[in-house]
Amino acid sequence: MSEIKVKDFTLEEVKKLVWEIKKVDDMLVPGRVYGSKNIIDHLIEDVKLGKDWNALRQIKNVAYLPGIQNYSLALSDVHPGYGFPIGGVGAFDAEKGVVSFAGVGFDANCGVRTMITPLVKEDVLKKQKIILEKFFKEVPAGLGSTGDLKLSMSEIDEVLVKGAEFAFERGYGFKEDLRYIEEGGIVKGANPANVSNKAKQRQFKEVGTLGSGNHYLELQYVDEILDPKIAKVYGLKKNQVLISLHTGSRALGHQTGTDYLKVLSDASRKYNIPIRERELVCAPINSDEGQKYISAEFAAFNCAFANRQVLAHLARKAMIKVFDIDEKEIKTLYDIGHNTCKFEKHKVNGKMKKLLIHRKGSTRAFGPGREEIPEKYRKVGQPVLIGGTMGTCSYILHGTDKGMEDTFGSSAHGAGRRMSRHEAKRTYRGEKLINELSRKGILIKGHGWGGIAEEAPGAYKDADEVVNVMHQTGISKIVVKTKPMVCIKG
Amino acid sequence: MVYKYFEHQADVGIIGVGKTLEESFQEAARAMFQIMASLNSIEGKKSVSISVKSEDLEGLFIEWLNELIAQVGLKNMLFSRFDIKIEKKQDKYILKGKAYGEKINSEKHKLKTEVKAASYSQLKVKKENNKYTARCVVDV
Repeated sequence: MSEIKVKDFTLEEVKKLVWEIKKVDDMLVPGRVYGSKNIIDHLIEDVKLGKDWNALRQIKNVAYLPGIQNYSLALSDVHPGYGFPIGGVGAFDAEKGVVSFAGVGFDANCGVRTMITPLVKEDVLKKQKIILEKFFKEVPAGLGSTGDLKLSMSEIDEVLVKGAEFAFERGYGFKEDLRYIEEGGIVKGANPANVSNKAKQRQFKEVGTLGSGNHYLELQYVDEILDPKIAKVYGLKKNQVLISLHTGSRALGHQTGTDYLKVLSDASRKYNIPIRERELVCAPINSDEGQKYISAEFAAFNCAFANRQVLAHLARKAMIKVFDIDEKEIKTLYDIGHNTCKFEKHKVNGKMKKLLIHRKGSTRAFGPGREEIPEKYRKVGQPVLIGGTMGTCSYILHGTDKGMEDTFGSSAHGAGRRMSRHEAKRTYRGEKLINELSRKGILIKGHGWGGIAEEAPGAYKDADEVVNVMHQTGISKIVVKTKPMVCIKG
Repeated sequence: MVYKYFEHQADVGIIGVGKTLEESFQEAARAMFQIMASLNSIEGKKSVSISVKSEDLEGLFIEWLNELIAQVGLKNMLFSRFDIKIEKKQDKYILKGKAYGEKINSEKHKLKTEVKAASYSQLKVKKENNKYTARCVVDV
């Protein structure tokens, strides 16, 4: 097994595609990174170039935090984040550990909802342009857009407690949807009183908006089936058309993050937790600050669930106007968050233990048998939705026992950026990119050329490479590969 | 007075440069609004009062940008011109002033990308050769 020394890091490939960052000085646990040689080389390059802000440093920094268990982890979509790396997982003892701002970040419970339609690829090909325009018209996206769901300021508190169920009660979607959202679409323990009025005021017109940046609404089709048995359990067939959307808690999550960054900075000083990066601030889970932060973030998580439930239904409504199908025929496969912290039980040193798992740009990927998984999927593990880039592909994987043992049931969340947005804009031109993708059969419409260039497929790591690392290490296994046909960007 | 950008893998680094501290903060804000829309298309028709404070200048810079981001959502406005004063009172830095802009208009403003928050990453406020520079990474 190879060993790499670079500046103050020693990395050893302890298992195929698994690299350990050796424990030094006061680190409580070693770091572990899942990656091909190519992915690891990128991380090492940043250290060599003397970038003080790099993902290896961030993985290491997390390993010092009180109560961390086993390893400070980063999955194959790893790149530098704010305090935690993106693709980062940190598991903390629920009694003696900490909750960290950086483990959730500014876009709380940002995630993916995927729905299965009764259509096949050929059905969409006939009306591809029409559905693109319909989505663009009916699904609010981009800066300054307002949501379909009209709320009063007092009703926002209800959204924060009831999550996706609130949206359902207002006529968005079906009861059945809720069963296929993580935690049933309602995170318990949310307290709207701990969310600032400013956050609520920014949000009450924004429930049911897609946002911008890397958020999207796509029509995809199942291109390849790698595990026919599990594909059948998930209800996926070759060429079947799926709706997939990627968004989060919008302004409420952003403002709550901003508000609590200050609270947790003070808490870090108060409880003598060294601050190694200004966003890597924490509070003991069982402190007043920690409890307030958790209950506020849980409220933001509910906001994200409600947001995706509203958008999912708007997408459904658009679909039935274009295709001869009933909205009830469009069923939720699954809805997952990838910027979260959750209380979960995992095996540590042979014993089940209650932990707070932070997943920053990482998807929960529970293996077979876990009671948190809907009954329909429980025998095979939960669906793991990994979004690729707009011009390439996405994947649906399933959770495994191996993932439960090695990564606290966590997998990668997306392709992971390779190129800065600035560089992407210099390299790609939005208009040209749209034409190129259109020739490949992918229609895109966004609210600005620049935004589209920033999301150019070439600006991301190869989604295949990211997913293959998860697959080959057995952390989660590929069920199907999907390809985009229609894509709306914010 | 000038604003610039610096490379960042996932988000965008912004830099404001000015003859005074205030100018550097204002220029950085302009850099941020240029990420959201076409800056030149935003007319300063209406103003919003801004008041933030912090224990240090770098913290103040982040407070300033985050307050502007919040105002975008609260007032549904975009801003292009700023007029602020920074003072030190006792142990705190206080920023007060106005942001000038107008209601968001998707046709007129050539909207681009939302900014979620200003972050502490690569944050620096410094004076060098009689010039002030304020920089940080914004999460988009």
